[in-house]
Amino acid sequence: MTSNNYPTLPPPEKDLNESEEAKRYYSASQFQLIWWRFKKRRIAKIGALVLIIMALSGLFAEFFGPYTGTTRVSESVLVAPQIPRFCNSEGCTLRPFVPSTISKRNPETLRMETKVDPSVRRDIYFFVEGEPYELLGFFPMNTHLFGVEEGTIHIFGTDSLGRDLYTRTLIATRTSLSIGIIGVIIAFILALIIGGAAGYFGGWIDYVIQRLTEIVRVIPVIPLYMGLAAAFPKEWSSSQVYFAMTLILALVGWPTLARRIRGKLLSLRGEDYVIAANLAGASPSRIIGRHLLPAFSSYIIVDLVISFPYMLLSETALSFVGLGLRPPTVSWGVLLQDAQTVRAIEQAPWLFIPALFVVVAVLSFTVLGDGLRDAADPYQV
Amino acid sequence: MVKFLIKRTLGMVVTMFFVSIMIFVIMELPPGDYAERWAFRKFSGTGAQITEADLDNIRANFGLDRPAPERYLTWIKDIVLHGDFGQAFAFQTSVNNVIGQKIWLTLAILFSTLIITYTISIPVGMYAAVRQNSVEDHALTIFSYLGFALPNFLLALVLLYIMTTYFGTSVGGLFSPEYADEPWSKGKVLDLLSHLIIPAIILAWSATAFQLQTVRATMLDELNTLSVTAARARGVAEWKLLIKYPARLAINPVISTMGFDANRIFSELPIVALVLGLPELGGLLLKSYLDLDMYVAGAILLILTFMIVFMNFLSDILLAFLDPRVKLIEG
Amino acid sequence: MEQSKKSTQDNLLEVKNLKISFKTDEGIVTAVDGIDFSVRQGQTLGIVGESGSGKSVSTWSIMRLLPKNSIIDENSSIQFQRKSGKTVEITKLKTKSKELREIRGGEVALIFQEPMSSFSPVYTIGNQIMEAVLQHRDVTDQEAEEIAVDMLDRVGISNPRQRFKQYPFELSGGMRQRAMIAVALSMNPSLLIADEPTTSLDVTIQAQILELMNELQKDLGMSIIFITHNLGVIAQVADEIEVMYLGKILERGTTKEIINQPKHPYTKALIKAIPRLDHLGERLTAIQGDIPSPLSRPVGCPFYTRCDDVISGVCDVKMPEPTHLSDTHTVYCFLHEEKDV
Repeated sequence: MTSNNYPTLPPPEKDLNESEEAKRYYSASQFQLIWWRFKKRRIAKIGALVLIIMALSGLFAEFFGPYTGTTRVSESVLVAPQIPRFCNSEGCTLRPFVPSTISKRNPETLRMETKVDPSVRRDIYFFVEGEPYELLGFFPMNTHLFGVEEGTIHIFGTDSLGRDLYTRTLIATRTSLSIGIIGVIIAFILALIIGGAAGYFGGWIDYVIQRLTEIVRVIPVIPLYMGLAAAFPKEWSSSQVYFAMTLILALVGWPTLARRIRGKLLSLRGEDYVIAANLAGASPSRIIGRHLLPAFSSYIIVDLVISFPYMLLSETALSFVGLGLRPPTVSWGVLLQDAQTVRAIEQAPWLFIPALFVVVAVLSFTVLGDGLRDAADPYQV
Repeated sequence: MVKFLIKRTLGMVVTMFFVSIMIFVIMELPPGDYAERWAFRKFSGTGAQITEADLDNIRANFGLDRPAPERYLTWIKDIVLHGDFGQAFAFQTSVNNVIGQKIWLTLAILFSTLIITYTISIPVGMYAAVRQNSVEDHALTIFSYLGFALPNFLLALVLLYIMTTYFGTSVGGLFSPEYADEPWSKGKVLDLLSHLIIPAIILAWSATAFQLQTVRATMLDELNTLSVTAARARGVAEWKLLIKYPARLAINPVISTMGFDANRIFSELPIVALVLGLPELGGLLLKSYLDLDMYVAGAILLILTFMIVFMNFLSDILLAFLDPRVKLIEG
Repeated sequence: MEQSKKSTQDNLLEVKNLKISFKTDEGIVTAVDGIDFSVRQGQTLGIVGESGSGKSVSTWSIMRLLPKNSIIDENSSIQFQRKSGKTVEITKLKTKSKELREIRGGEVALIFQEPMSSFSPVYTIGNQIMEAVLQHRDVTDQEAEEIAVDMLDRVGISNPRQRFKQYPFELSGGMRQRAMIAVALSMNPSLLIADEPTTSLDVTIQAQILELMNELQKDLGMSIIFITHNLGVIAQVADEIEVMYLGKILERGTTKEIINQPKHPYTKALIKAIPRLDHLGERLTAIQGDIPSPLSRPVGCPFYTRCDDVISGVCDVKMPEPTHLSDTHTVYCFLHEEKDV
């Protein structure tokens, strides 16, 4: 099977002929097999765990964050992160607290400046009542996971308008992940229809689609995205822009997926069992639905996971330069607009924190995708 | 060989034709028409009142009253026959004037980035494959993951931050102030080269990470082929056979993805240019998008894409020279 | 015992207690488990076995070509008599030593099952033959080219000068195998290891290649180790045959003894599986079951799981001792051990 021509090395599979395990193994569905192999990959599992945590904290951003993303506190502009701790000069307690902050007007620049004041402690309480919000956009609530009774708690600091960066980053996580998911789904549906048609029918349909994907692939991706995004009318609402963005990501993202689906279909079309089904007189829809789709559904899932980071990075890049999502929508890219220049970062390095989220999310998706790909590959054990 | 060249050249022309249509569509996409934006630019702040008649005048002037296919033909004809990319309104001059020398700067960035990418990724990727599963190999895998996860523009910000905070130097731009408006001279070229290093390294970041993995993977495949064992069985020295057999073949996928690398670099260029303040086409493209100066944007998009298509063409030819199997398929 | 001492004198290769394992994710897997064999000057030794029996692994170890995760047991011995008359212990050589590189190709040459992938696709046939010649013979480029063209001619390739400049994929399968033989022989080895050299070829071409090898052996006087899973093929070329199964040798003897008086049930089964023109109408009998994975190697005789004559409580307990049926014929089987006793 393999082209590796070392002297017939011992086959790596265990002898499964008779054991109980063997019966389980042979009767398992493809997805169970992938799952078993996936479970062995520790790094990929960590990636999956990180992503689940991210998704949950994004979904319930207002609950996990002590404020809502839009509250401005003019006296706490550009506050440095207040890091929770258990100890200060007066000793340690079991209850975590943050140091307090003091705002003073700088006599020279006349600007409000906020400094951390470690002498005063603000105790952190859990499940506190705070600003009202709507959980998942439906359920009015005012309980936050944590908060302080007096003063402020900004564990990631605040931005130039005095908004809590931690809450905003969680909200941005929700936006960025959701835009990626919707983008991937639309791209995938397009790719499945177009790539599927090209791969299954071949001939001129294949030729036209090949040319089209080739053209979309030679134009540099981000500039192409930008060109499409530049056409958004200025008067569009933020939700219109949001959906337009998912469409753009999908429009530019489908050719790669389509190409892979086509390639996979072409190779499957030549498989003996598909030819056999054809000879037996099965209809195209039956062959596609009954034989082809199950055969490569695992590949499709892997491809989706792998193409996800591209969507995230593209959205971030576009919003970063001001051609993507716009305030008041909050995404990682929008948040990073505040950190566009070195001067801004020098003044408030914590504005760069959302970049860490981008890196961690992309990293997690990449290791997860790699893990899934290896697990889905039947030639690797 | 001649047949091969003709076939590839024709392919390039066809691709560029379709690309130009797609770019023209993008140019036409923004709401409102070019005349309105041009008039707004020209007369805003002057207090002049613009009437519908004025707009019609402008439209007629630019031929905007004609249907889109006709306008496409004029646009592309001017480019192909006269090298004229049209009018840039933001700068009140022709697109050619705006773009001008920036093409050469862009090419300089592209090639210095490619050189850095290949001089690092090829030997290091091969080394990682030969020492598979060693500490160095794992370290490089982690680097590759980071190269993908940390986008170049964020890396640029990090580097700038580190440089200004710890070294007190800023590294923006492509020229020192004293050379910025000078005519070209030996001094200016050297100055440019010294400034090119930082953007080239930043742009090479993800391309290197990607190619490293490609080279490593191909090298691993090639190391396990029977032809390597066969050469070893002939008593050829280990380093000699590594260079002659697997290394020689591990370069092929790198060459075949040269166009893809150019695409990646140009894709990241506008944003990196914004962060670093580079006076080349990427940054200008971003600016013209924000200004909706679509003739400039279209011209730049077309030029960048042409460079990519041309790199594809070059890599096809190089590959045909290097791999005898390619010739066989092409006939 | 006396006899084997005498024969040691003209043994080109003497392998004793060879044990090879591989480090894998699933643990250490033993592929070859304590086998002995020897090759005499000018003779052909055939090694027969199914895939996975360890026949390739054991012969590749003679050239130390096994992958890095392989372990040759420290009690194993591979004695090879060099052209200079000196005997070297191959297992003690360093993989990068000059001596090993001189032996590789120059004294022991290897031809593979798949001639397509054993040539690099990006260099011409000539380039790869010349590399071999220049590596082992003190000649100029010009002379090397002459030797190469001459060798191509000798292995029956028409238009050798033109073929010299062609790439491997421009040749047919049979031509490529001839070219592979030309590469091996151009280095003038004293031992040729042919690892299933005819398996991937059509039957008619198979016969041509076998004939060619017989002829060349007569002309050049070299020894050959011929590895195959096909007893029918080996009967045509070998002087002696060893039957291998799951890393162990089950029976050894002269070709006549093995073909005409097979003793081991496995050998018998292999012979029954050869299609024969004089037995038309008879059913070919396949051996039941599959060869077990080396990871779950059976205790006792490795073949007992598939053996029709298995003696339960004996075969699945320990490996049988060798039974010497003649000076040359040895079998490892309890069925015969009893008679011996």
